[in-house]
Amino acid sequence: MSETALKTTPLTEAHVALGARMVPFAGYSMPVQYPMGVMAEHLWTREHCGIFDVSHMGQARLTGVSPLSAFEEVVPGDYIGLKAGKQKYSVLLNRQGGIIDDLMAGRPTSADGTPDDGLFVVVNGACKDNDFKVIDDELAGQVESRRLEDRALIAVQGPEAAAVVNGLVPETTSMVFMDIRSLKGLETDLIVSRSGYTGEDGYEISVPAGEAARVWTLLLADERVRPIGLGARDSLRLEAGLPLYGHDLDETVSPVEAGLTFAINKNRREQRDFPGAARIVKELAEGPARTKVCLRVLEGAPAREGAEVADEAGAVIGVVTSGGYSPCLKAGIALAFVPPAFKAEGTKLKVIVRGKAQACEVVASPFVPHRYVRKV
Amino acid sequence: MRFTKDHEWVELEGDVATIGVTAHAAEQLGDVVFVETPEVGKTVKAGDAFAVVESVKAASDVYAPLSGEVVEANAVLGDAPETVNADPERGGWFAKLKVANPAEYEALMDRAAYEAFLQTQ
Repeated sequence: MSETALKTTPLTEAHVALGARMVPFAGYSMPVQYPMGVMAEHLWTREHCGIFDVSHMGQARLTGVSPLSAFEEVVPGDYIGLKAGKQKYSVLLNRQGGIIDDLMAGRPTSADGTPDDGLFVVVNGACKDNDFKVIDDELAGQVESRRLEDRALIAVQGPEAAAVVNGLVPETTSMVFMDIRSLKGLETDLIVSRSGYTGEDGYEISVPAGEAARVWTLLLADERVRPIGLGARDSLRLEAGLPLYGHDLDETVSPVEAGLTFAINKNRREQRDFPGAARIVKELAEGPARTKVCLRVLEGAPAREGAEVADEAGAVIGVVTSGGYSPCLKAGIALAFVPPAFKAEGTKLKVIVRGKAQACEVVASPFVPHRYVRKV
Repeated sequence: MRFTKDHEWVELEGDVATIGVTAHAAEQLGDVVFVETPEVGKTVKAGDAFAVVESVKAASDVYAPLSGEVVEANAVLGDAPETVNADPERGGWFAKLKVANPAEYEALMDRAAYEAFLQTQ
């Protein structure tokens, strides 16, 4: 794709003004890093507060007569049981039980506790056109999806994120992990969730496109806040053990294989009424053919996507789906898919990097502990 | 000191060339977290990938600017790969080659030519 064909976000000019290095990502020109650099941006987010432009992601409202029950036809999560004011992570499934995309869907509530009409969903930027086509096709006549192309999305992440956001929007103080609100704040209309994809506490703030640059600048005026690019977003989510669509997840991977069984609620397992339920229920009962593991590289170079994984005898048993260097652990870390016989923590394996077999070990997920705030 | 369009530098003393990546390359790479240097005794041709430098985000090949035999690799980079960022054109050298054809050195860019080349990038 040529540079001229790339889309921009409402914050593109702000990134360029900050000296960001811009790269093509999901059809958009996006900041991969700012002058501070990936390593410093990563560590700043773990210690203070980083803000991320994630406006390339697809935001939409799903409305209809019974949007929650209709939505359950394309995902394995319990959305009928989703309380007003909460959001839930799920996966859009194909009929073979493979993952079309992973997403957040929630029921924002206003200040007086009234829930918004229907579901507010956020999907991956690279998948969004197909996702909403699937939803529109599969749920035709039941749900109307209205894409919110006129809104930007800013993630505010890190141990100081709550202090920063609470100071600007006091109504966010009482929110806990996975709460979502429609708020009047920062002199505009916000949709705020206490969530993110770094493993840290934080918020994701949806703002009208025309207000995005002002809100971004307002956040940056706080000395605890730095802008963070896609490079550090990737290393942060990897340390948090979180899968990335198009790398760790694709249309052949089931949520059981990907270690996302928490997203398949108990009542849905019993009802078996989601796409690919036959495969997924079988995998839950008997175990999948392959499973996601977290690997810590014990010697040599970081193992990156595509590196083969071998057993101690040297037989290839799997592949790295995303990997890199952990700034917090100062070691190579990776997500890989292997047969379940090799999934136990402490299992010694090899990763093949440029022809060399390097020692690695299966470790617990996440690599770096999550710091979600579940009560205030 | 001479330079390549792939942003390596070379310093020739007698028939031994010391090779590294330029300050410009180090800045572009960002924080270097791992360097794979070539094995001593290995024979390389000019243009061969002969070392790898890795940042948090990606692995990048380093190409041999000259043909020859590797006579020494910089052991410092094993424990302190960040030396490539801190001192790219001296302490952060990658390897020394016994060169086969010194004329290859003369054909590379001098600093003025390299600086001019960077302006076109």
